Amino acid sequence: MLDAARTIVTRDLLLALRRPSDVGTALLFFVIVASLFPLGIGAEPNLLRLVAPGVIWVAALLSSMLSLARLFAADHADGTLEQLLLGASPLGVVASAKVLAHWLVSGLPLVVIAPVIALQYDLPQSLYGTLALSLLLGTPALSLIGAIGAALTLGLRGGGVLLSLLVLPLYVPVLIMGAGSVDMVAAGLSPQGQLQLLAALLVVAAAFAPWAIAAALRISTE
Amino acid sequence: MSAAIKWYWFASPQTFFPLAGTLARWSGALAALLAAAGLYVGFFVAPTDAQQGEAYRIIFIHVPAAWMSMFLYVVMAFWAAIGLAFNTRLSAMMASAIAPTGALFTFLALWTGSLWGRPTWGAYWVWDARLTSELILLFLYLGFMALQAAIDEPRRADRAGAVLAIVGVVNVPIIYYSVQWWNTLHQGASVSLTRAPSMASTMLTGMLLMALAFWAYSIATTLARVRCIIKERE
Repeated sequence: MLDAARTIVTRDLLLALRRPSDVGTALLFFVIVASLFPLGIGAEPNLLRLVAPGVIWVAALLSSMLSLARLFAADHADGTLEQLLLGASPLGVVASAKVLAHWLVSGLPLVVIAPVIALQYDLPQSLYGTLALSLLLGTPALSLIGAIGAALTLGLRGGGVLLSLLVLPLYVPVLIMGAGSVDMVAAGLSPQGQLQLLAALLVVAAAFAPWAIAAALRISTE
Repeated sequence: MSAAIKWYWFASPQTFFPLAGTLARWSGALAALLAAAGLYVGFFVAPTDAQQGEAYRIIFIHVPAAWMSMFLYVVMAFWAAIGLAFNTRLSAMMASAIAPTGALFTFLALWTGSLWGRPTWGAYWVWDARLTSELILLFLYLGFMALQAAIDEPRRADRAGAVLAIVGVVNVPIIYYSVQWWNTLHQGASVSLTRAPSMASTMLTGMLLMALAFWAYSIATTLARVRCIIKERE
C-alpha cells in the first residue's frame, strides 16, 4: 500500500521535473499577483505592512487553486487514472499520494518564496517564521480540499472557472486562520491558537478528504 | 409494516409524481394564506419599534428567509447523502430541486438584510460574521447548482452534486465559526445583530407566521420542481 503511494509520488515528481515550466508558472503567478497589489493600492509602507499577510495568503490560495486543474487532468486524458482506479491499492491512498505530490510541487515552493514577498512588503522579520509556518500548515489543507473539486470537475467544460466556484468558499477557514496567525504576531500576541486550528483543519482534511476525492474520482470516471 | 411499504411505494418517482402534485397545490395555497396573515400582522398589527422605527418591519421577511436558507442546505445535503448511499433516484432529484429555493432564500436574506442595515447601521454592507457566512452559503448553493448544470449526464450530476453538498455541509459550521472568530479578531463588533430581548408578542407571531409561510412555499416549489425533473428524466 505504501509502495503504491511512494511509486505515485515519485512518478508525479518526476513528471513535474521533466516539465518544469508547469511548476514555474504557478509560482510566477504567485509572485505577480503579490506584486500587483502595491501597484493597485499605492506604495505607502505602513499600508503595505498591514495588508501583507492577507495579500500573501490570498495569492498563495489562488496560485494553489490554479494548479489544481492539472492534478488529475493528464492522468484522465491518457487513461492512467482508469488503471489506478482498477488497481489493487485503495483509491484513498492513491488520491492522498497524488495530493502529496501536488503539494510538494505547487505548495512547498510557495512556503519557500513567501519570505521574499514579505521582504517586498517590508514585513518585520519577526513575522517570517509564523508566515512560513502558517503556509506550511495551510497549503496542504488547500491541496486536499481543492483536490475534491478537481476530481468533481474532471473532464467538464468550463472546468477551471467551475472549480474556483466550488473550491474558494471551502478555502475560507484556512485563509482566515492562516492570515490571522500572522496578524496576531504583528499585533504582539501569540499565534498559537490560529496555528493549532490550522493544524486541526489539516488533520481533519487529511483524514476525510481522501475519501471524498476517491468518491468523486469514481463518479467522474464511470 | 404498512408504513414501511408506503415509504418504499412513494420512493419511486412514478408513484410520487401525483402525490407531489397534490402536496404542492395544497402547500402553495397554505403558503399564500400564511403569508397574507403574516404580512397583515407584520405591517398593521405589530407595533412600531421604539429604537428602529418602521424599518424593523423587514425582519418579518428577513429572519424567516435566513432560517430557511440554512435549514434548506441541511435538507439538501440530507437528500443528497440518502441518494448517494441508497442510490435512490428520487432523493437526488429532491436535492437538486431544493437548491434553487435555498439560493433564493439566501439571496433574499442578504438583500433584505442590506436594506435593513442602511437605515439602522448606516451601511448596506458590514463585514459582520453572520453576513459574511450567509454570503459564503450563497456561494455554496451557486457552486452546487453550477456543478450540476455543467454535467450533462443526470446520474453523474446527481452523484457529483451529492459529494459537494456533503463536503459543504461539513464545512458550514467550520466556516461559520472561523468567520465569527475572524470578525472579533479584527475589531470589536461596532454593530450587533442581536435585537433587544423583549419582543412584542405580535412581532413574534408575525415572524412565526411568515416562517411557516416560507416553509410551505419551500415545500410547494420544491415539489413542483421535482415534478418537472421527473417528467424530464423518466
